[in-house]
Amino acid sequence: MSVRHQVSDELLLDYASGSLSEGWRIAVASHLALCPQSRRRLAVMELTAGALIEEEQPESSTADDDDAWSAMRTRLAAGGGALSGGVDTPRPVSRDAIVLPEPLRSYAGGDVGSLKWRPLGRGAYHILIPTADKSTSVRLLRIPAGKPVPEHGHGGRELTLVLSGSFNDGGEVFARGDLEEADETLEHQPVATPGEDCICLAVTDAPLKFRSWLVRLVQPVLGI
Amino acid sequence: MEDGDRSETEEGDMARLLAAVGRDASMEAFEVVFRNYAPRIRSYMMRLVRDPQMAEELMQETMMTVWRKAALFDAEKGNVSAWIFTIARNLRTDSFRRTRRADFDPNDPAFVPDPEQPADAAFEAREAEARLHEAMKGLPAEQRDLLHLAFFEEVSHSEIASRLALPLGTVKSRIRLAFGKLRSALGERP
Ligand SMILES: [Zn+2]
Ligand SMILES: [Zn+2]
Repeated sequence: MSVRHQVSDELLLDYASGSLSEGWRIAVASHLALCPQSRRRLAVMELTAGALIEEEQPESSTADDDDAWSAMRTRLAAGGGALSGGVDTPRPVSRDAIVLPEPLRSYAGGDVGSLKWRPLGRGAYHILIPTADKSTSVRLLRIPAGKPVPEHGHGGRELTLVLSGSFNDGGEVFARGDLEEADETLEHQPVATPGEDCICLAVTDAPLKFRSWLVRLVQPVLGI
Repeated sequence: MEDGDRSETEEGDMARLLAAVGRDASMEAFEVVFRNYAPRIRSYMMRLVRDPQMAEELMQETMMTVWRKAALFDAEKGNVSAWIFTIARNLRTDSFRRTRRADFDPNDPAFVPDPEQPADAAFEAREAEARLHEAMKGLPAEQRDLLHLAFFEEVSHSEIASRLALPLGTVKSRIRLAFGKLRSALGERP
């Protein structure tokens, strides 16, 4: 299994610099858990940041540095610096069994089977994932095989991470680990691939979005 | 390095010193690491918090974490500056946002692990370091400035666009160009 749709450089840079807010961050971190290639690109960005740190010309004086070092020595002498042990070894568990990777699983409160899915109508379900980030709404969607995702057109940015099954969007197939980035310029109608329900994580700006697509949902069938 | 490239020599030294901290809890080694990075991390912190006392505390916390986690640093594959940057960045984000920091967990059974590393990874890590520094020198000023803004001012690419009064598309393409060049300097898919 190889992830075909990786996170963009600009979004990954926001993650690497620490400027991404919680809602988006859940989607990007969960994608990174599933995509070694994207993690390699993250490592290059962190290497770049390290090189920028090396090139810094700090303004501090020798006296400042001596003070700082003696403060550190005092803390260490007071026993503040217990060393961490060696590297943890991964737990030997079948990785196919789990649908939601960390950090998403902790946010959701368990894996997909143990969660309380709420019906959206027409066979679709969702779960709202609580976060402290008021600028985004984060939800899991479960779209029945062969059926369209109940949306769309975007008020702002939208990230969709596929966790199980796949969907087809304008001829492109997104499968487990693939991340789709959409903005207000995109009008699309993702359709779950026949054969298996599609579970995905969707992060959008503005909680208002939800209302509009609930309204759409109760509208007559769109003809797909 | 031909004409004594300072940072490259330091990076190799730093990796050995940090390994000594992790292995022997060596105070002598840690002092050298501390004196090299503390001023840099302090100024990194100052750029965002703009409060000398808080910057000092965050720097101390970063260096304390470096001490405690030194044994977890992989001197074969890792890069000291990049590793310390991630510690500093995480502390800074945690101190600013009261929300938790969503991160992937390499020990999670659902985590898809990296493909096997080649045996000469240590050599490659040093090589990569040198090549990256070269490539960064070759970046146009507009791309370097953008990296500075992103990493040191912690602004998102959309905030960069509004600060520099540039179209968002221009900022995005500069980011892609810069990292495309850096990745290909490292022999990776641009
Ligand atoms: Zn370096
Ligand atoms: Zn959409």
